[in-house]
Amino acid sequence: MSDTPAVSLNVTAWSPGEDVIEVQRPPAAGAARGAWRTFVETARGLKTTFGRIAEGTNTIQYPEEKVPVYPRFRGRHKLHRFEDTGLEKCVGCSLCAAACPADCIRVVAAENTPDNRVSAGERYAAVYEINLSRCIFCGYCEVACPFDAITMGHDYELSDYDRSDLIFTKEMLLAEPLERTPLRNEGE
Amino acid sequence: MTHMTTTLALVGYYEAWWVQILKAIVIFAVGLQLVPVVLIAERKIMGRMQGRYGPNRVGPYGALQPLADILKLLTKEQFRPTTSVGFLFAVAPMVSILTAVAAFAIIPFGNVQHIFGERVGLYGIDVSIGPLYLFAFGAIAFYGIMLGGWSSGSKYSFLGAMRGAAQLISYEVSQGLALVGVIMTAQTLSLTGIVNAQKGMWYFIPQLAGFLIFLTASFAETNRAPFDLTEADAELVGGYNTEYGGGRFASYYFAEYLNVLVVSGVVTTVFFGGWLLPFGIHPPGWVDPIVVLFKMSLFTFFFIWVRATLPRLRYDQLMSFGWKVLLPLATLNTLVTAILVVVTH
Repeated sequence: MSDTPAVSLNVTAWSPGEDVIEVQRPPAAGAARGAWRTFVETARGLKTTFGRIAEGTNTIQYPEEKVPVYPRFRGRHKLHRFEDTGLEKCVGCSLCAAACPADCIRVVAAENTPDNRVSAGERYAAVYEINLSRCIFCGYCEVACPFDAITMGHDYELSDYDRSDLIFTKEMLLAEPLERTPLRNEGE
Repeated sequence: MTHMTTTLALVGYYEAWWVQILKAIVIFAVGLQLVPVVLIAERKIMGRMQGRYGPNRVGPYGALQPLADILKLLTKEQFRPTTSVGFLFAVAPMVSILTAVAAFAIIPFGNVQHIFGERVGLYGIDVSIGPLYLFAFGAIAFYGIMLGGWSSGSKYSFLGAMRGAAQLISYEVSQGLALVGVIMTAQTLSLTGIVNAQKGMWYFIPQLAGFLIFLTASFAETNRAPFDLTEADAELVGGYNTEYGGGRFASYYFAEYLNVLVVSGVVTTVFFGGWLLPFGIHPPGWVDPIVVLFKMSLFTFFFIWVRATLPRLRYDQLMSFGWKVLLPLATLNTLVTAILVVVTH
């Protein structure tokens, strides 16, 4: 082993290249200069906090003021009717329930009859319930719906005192929503 | 009572017993009313400094928030941990609040006035040992924290109390030495005497170093940020008052803010001419308390301002700052002042 030549690795100083990051190190603490620096920096900090008073507040006083939501914000669902005929768009196909990852939609379909025409299609949703305590607001139901019967609205103030009150029925979802949430305009 | 006034306080005149009782009640009432004002002021000012409103729901502009806080605390159930020492646990907050109120008694709010044909000094008592009285009660106040933390039977409280003990002892020395310069210049220990000695020039000019040292040490003495290691919420949950709730916690809270007021009052009295106004303005006597309260409010604002600005010190930094920076500076200040006093007289 001893007579094998040492492996020449061509060791040259590694060049870090042109873009060297200058690391700024703080000056060492202590001594008179350190004390003076502490004093000056404390005064600077005090100036900063005092200046903040004039800048005013950034608080949004929530129940009175609300942050406007974007048009594509996914809030509470809405069911829709045709504007001209007033018939429900939902035909009870249950595709939304099938797409729902949280399994919170329950649809029971029934046949339309000439006396009782509810939707434009052959069948309609006799029962349409969304359990909002389980809903994750993913919007898959909206994507799955072939008739745009269900869309995500903008309301997010959904808290309630009872879990059973969070099961929204068809009538509640069809009703004109309160629109308690301001909408953000384009480019805002 | 006359015997007491002659030995404990050399007031130089006799105050009727009913005047003394009335004064005690007024000072206690004023002190009690000032604390909620400081509470709401602190939360509002710190809110503004942090870009938010602070409390603004209870009453107009949130002005009744401290009332709501105090009511909430006082209506809570009194309880204590099973590991605590019951008697001390109950007594410790009382010690804290008692010493704070007692220290408040010596702050002069004005010169001797003639009210209803009586000579009344606008202060609780003008003790002839002013600063010593203050430090005596400061030292007893430390028992409030120490006993409270220790008797809680909780490790966080214990750690907070131990820190409190070390901190108060370390900074009391510098605080006392910082005042020695003023006492030597004024040649008196009476706080009214010190104010009257400032007629020519307020002492914060000749005693600037002493003023800065006293102010810094006062932050530590009142356990306020950046020296609030006794209740460092981030590491000790709540420090010495971790196990306290309800009225007892309110007492600690009250004592802390009253101490801030006391220290503001002492700084006003000792370094900023008490009730004196600059430029030779001599207002009528009833203005004196307003002047003192105004000056006190400035320092109370400063306390709040600093709390919103500076981060809490590390424990070793606290100790090295107290012993290696403040104490030598205070000693040097005392020595230089002593030499100057001898040379100029």
